[in-house]
Amino acid sequence: MELLDFARGPGLQLAVTIFVVGLLWRLVHLFLTLKKTDLSEARQGGEVRGGIKTIFSRFLHHEPFRERTRNGTIIAYTMHVGLATVILGGAPHILFIESFSGLEWAPLPSIVIHVAAALTLAALLIGLGRRLQHPVLKMLSNFDDYFSWLVTTLPVITGLLAVAHVGARYETLLALHILSFDVFLIWFPFGKLMHSIIVFGSRYTTGVTFTRRGARV
Amino acid sequence: MSKITEKYPLETHEQRLTVKDPHPRHDTQGDVEENERLRRAMANFAKNMNRTTATYMEACVHCGQCAEACHYYVQTEDPKYTPIWKLEIFKQAYKREVSPFGFFYRLFGLKREITVEQLGEWQELIYDSCTMCGRCSLICPMGIDIATLVGQARHGMFKAGLIPDELHEVAQRAKDEGSPLGATAEVFADRAEWMADEFETDVNVDKEQADILVSMSSIEIMKYPNSIGATARVLNALGESWTFRTEGYEATNFGMMAGNAEWQKAATMKLINAAINCGAKLVVLPECGHAYGALRWQGAAMYGKPLPFKVQHISEFLADVISSGRLKVKKVDQTVTFHDPCQVARRGGATEAPRIVMDALGVDLKEMAPTGDFNWCCGGGGGVVTIHRADKLRYKVFELKMEQVEASGADTVLSTCSNCRQSYNDAKEHFHWDKNMESLLELVADNIIE
Repeated sequence: MELLDFARGPGLQLAVTIFVVGLLWRLVHLFLTLKKTDLSEARQGGEVRGGIKTIFSRFLHHEPFRERTRNGTIIAYTMHVGLATVILGGAPHILFIESFSGLEWAPLPSIVIHVAAALTLAALLIGLGRRLQHPVLKMLSNFDDYFSWLVTTLPVITGLLAVAHVGARYETLLALHILSFDVFLIWFPFGKLMHSIIVFGSRYTTGVTFTRRGARV
Repeated sequence: MSKITEKYPLETHEQRLTVKDPHPRHDTQGDVEENERLRRAMANFAKNMNRTTATYMEACVHCGQCAEACHYYVQTEDPKYTPIWKLEIFKQAYKREVSPFGFFYRLFGLKREITVEQLGEWQELIYDSCTMCGRCSLICPMGIDIATLVGQARHGMFKAGLIPDELHEVAQRAKDEGSPLGATAEVFADRAEWMADEFETDVNVDKEQADILVSMSSIEIMKYPNSIGATARVLNALGESWTFRTEGYEATNFGMMAGNAEWQKAATMKLINAAINCGAKLVVLPECGHAYGALRWQGAAMYGKPLPFKVQHISEFLADVISSGRLKVKKVDQTVTFHDPCQVARRGGATEAPRIVMDALGVDLKEMAPTGDFNWCCGGGGGVVTIHRADKLRYKVFELKMEQVEASGADTVLSTCSNCRQSYNDAKEHFHWDKNMESLLELVADNIIE
């Protein structure tokens, strides 16, 4: 079996299985944890609305915090928006998504995807440098942070190499790109990559609590 | 007197509660074997884990932005004061022992077991350098309420006998005597009588039936007793049916701040029972930040069901009676700035109430920057003001407040928290600063139009 066949065949199937089972296990575990009921008299209603509002409002810092968090925010936005652009706008990725979901949409021009991928990689590298240098980030960082960075960065690098046909045969580069995505999927439920799902729960929960109090969310 | 008090005598006559002979250390309480301390700390931290706090534990991405909201980090730039780092060992324990992939972490050794030495080291981070002001909770991109997690970590630390001695002492004193500062029921009744004379008004104590139960903080009773007279003057001017009750007059809750849920409940139940006993429909809490959180937002959980009465902070009560036109006040020609108590404003949602009152008083309000929900903490909340060894750090973070006040151009600082007031006055003395902090309640009481 060719490496490419393995990567998009059994390799991908195994990765998806681990991804789905792991993700469900982590979410079910959280869901089964005892829910605490707030018995205090609410200052105001609209808790659900407040929870949903908080999911969106925390995409941007409150004004008094913006100056001190500017660098981290710019890096994070560049990386996240760049990744989303490449994944959802790149023609091969849309074909892949269509293959299992039946959904399709018009791809973005190649140049946009290439620029987005390059910016994403730059943001990832700057983010890593910052994590290694900044006293707070350096202290907080653990295996999960660096490994999650690695499994996020590898698909970006291999994708860029495959598009540029640099370093090896296209089939080999494509196989490495898909394999790196397989590794990303396998790691996803175990580490901080899960924040892309848990963020909705944590923001919502805080939004509900503080809306109930009439406090700022 | 407890062993701790014998070892470190309390100085209750000082500007704030202090102990003699503070020394660099982490403190321990009880004669407990080290592994048992560890077991208790983790078991009691995990015991309070619920869906909300478990979600928070799973959500952190180590972005470090919470540091930028924390006065301890901003003033020292020491990374150990990063709010989420203060929970690091508890996060590790959660991931290793409780989380969905705990077996995975244990199998591959990805999370080491916590040691009792680490817990000792973390005592400074959990107690001395966190006022639970919640500014970090407001900045977190993941929406993690870090202050709540610190409160939960304190439960574990308390059960392990690993909290600062001074805080343990005042919490124990509150539990044993009904007040952390010696404001026993007898002392309170004396002070109430004194204030009745001083303010030439009736101070109702132990009326059998009343619509409103009022309460005080120990700091007010012992250091700022004018609050008693001011409260009475306002309620009498309104013609309310009100009373203090000696079985539940003290609203502070050092059990909550120290991390002892049983003591927290005992203190809360005194107020609840006092209110039920006199048939109160409303409990008015004093100018105290954490007292508000303890009864308004956590009281029902302690009671086990919704409270059978309403709860208001005194600033909310004043805003209501002024807005409705029931209480008229004279205009005051004064330039002031306002310090928002974290637990009333940012954590409690009553940010606008004092501004309604100040607007009615016609003061020239020069807001701090930042203000309201984003205001900097005074540095003395969460029991920190009781921890003498934390003084140097507390003064360092107070410099932020001084800069804010100076930049506002106001002559006077108003607030609605006696703990903030105590922290201010202590720091004022330390820095030989000329800015006073005054009580909004007292300003209202001095300017009522009868």
